[in-house]
Amino acid sequence: MVLRYAYLLRGSWARIAELAYWPTMQMLMWGLLAEFLAGHSAFFVRAGGVLIAAVLLWDILFRGNLGVSISFLEEMWARNLGQLFASPLRPHEWALSLLVISFLRTLIGILPAALLAIPVYRFSIFDLGPQLVAFFALLLVFGAAVGLAVSALVLRYGLGAESLAWVAVFAVAPISGIYYPIAVLPEWLQPVALALPSAHVFEGMRAALVDGVVDADRMIYAAALNFLYLGGGFVVFLRVFDIARRRGALLQMGE
Amino acid sequence: MSAAGAGNAEDGAGAAAIRVDGLFKRFDDIEAVRGLSFSVARGHIVALLGGNGAGKTTTIAMLLGLITPTAGRIEILGVDMIGNRYAVLPRMNFSSPYVDLPKRLTVRENLRVYGALYGVPRLGEAIGRISADLNLTALLDRPYGQLSSGQRTRVGLAKSLLNRPAVLLLDEPTASLDPETAERVRAYLSGYCRETGATMLIASHDMVEVERMCGQVLMMKEGRLVHDGTPAELIAAYGRDTLEEAFLAIAAGNGW
Repeated sequence: MVLRYAYLLRGSWARIAELAYWPTMQMLMWGLLAEFLAGHSAFFVRAGGVLIAAVLLWDILFRGNLGVSISFLEEMWARNLGQLFASPLRPHEWALSLLVISFLRTLIGILPAALLAIPVYRFSIFDLGPQLVAFFALLLVFGAAVGLAVSALVLRYGLGAESLAWVAVFAVAPISGIYYPIAVLPEWLQPVALALPSAHVFEGMRAALVDGVVDADRMIYAAALNFLYLGGGFVVFLRVFDIARRRGALLQMGE
Repeated sequence: MSAAGAGNAEDGAGAAAIRVDGLFKRFDDIEAVRGLSFSVARGHIVALLGGNGAGKTTTIAMLLGLITPTAGRIEILGVDMIGNRYAVLPRMNFSSPYVDLPKRLTVRENLRVYGALYGVPRLGEAIGRISADLNLTALLDRPYGQLSSGQRTRVGLAKSLLNRPAVLLLDEPTASLDPETAERVRAYLSGYCRETGATMLIASHDMVEVERMCGQVLMMKEGRLVHDGTPAELIAAYGRDTLEEAFLAIAAGNGW
């Protein structure tokens, strides 16, 4: 199945360009804002790269989600579910292939923006070192868990729900503390935010870039939460898949 | 997953390739299939007939594991299809003009992906052989979406034969083919079954095709099996001269 999605990407330069286009534009825009703020704020003088790092890390989460849900939608648009599931392909094997292709799509999307930030803004996210690998993995897995849940919704309610693939992940954006600490949220909302792996990653990012410390506890907590979210995403996806078999939806789904 | 190929000796000669017992399927308030029971002997080519809405597509989808029955039992090659479908799916395949392949992938890419899913050994050789047999070699590097409907039908057939299935389910296998190509495809499919001992269940509205290829006819109406016998027995049972006339007599009253 990974081969199927790789063929699809290889066959269209526009698809590959689209993967990198938005993260690059975002990085350039937020980089300019960071440069402006650095001239007016002592905080940004001290931690100039924090906005650029935030936008790059957010895009890992966003792309991780899209990588799963768009690959899933490709099968719906192609009316290919009947062919796939009359073959020996098992639903969990398909879901795993969606995670692998999500990883590849995210790398293709983020790497150009991360590399471009080095000459343009003299900021290298790679300076985060091993922490970057942890941030990347945690955000990718959380994005994939959201993507699986969104895919399950589309499988249950049809292509009328496909716009969720693009917008669903933004529900966690305000409370993930991408550009500001969780402490600025209303007190009652902070526990909700801390139930998200993404909130711990962005707090960890600020700890690394602003204070120069590695907050390992947060990473462990985020990994435990991810385990729950990804497990939940799988359970929901497989359950909805069973319902689709009962409803005959695997043959009917399509444009 | 491995492509065991057709006619595996361990299946036990003479046993049914497909056995359906008391099959029901209800979608909300619609009963699509009502108490269907039949069996298809190994190595036979059997037609599944019926007018629109008779329940043929739902039945085929249940045989493939794409739809879960409300009640009843399905055995394919002696394996319980409902509880253990992945034990037998590598030895089955299907083709339907109503279920597409990815349009942006080339024919070769599609065959590679599906060959890999079915665990076909020496996939490159298998693709070369089936493409030559179905006159697809010149089309291998063209996107599937750019092909004519007749060419797509042949690509679907190539996909369905790639793993040399022991049980092949075909929905209108010659749809959109010109008469000459359709005749070649029928001869090829019949030859495949003769050589490999594979079993074929065909849903078709082409009665000439059914008479030419099939030794057994299963006739469905309103979700029930109304006839199970040879084409000649069906014609005689309804006092008609041709299978087409017998089909029209049975299907009458289905409305539009």
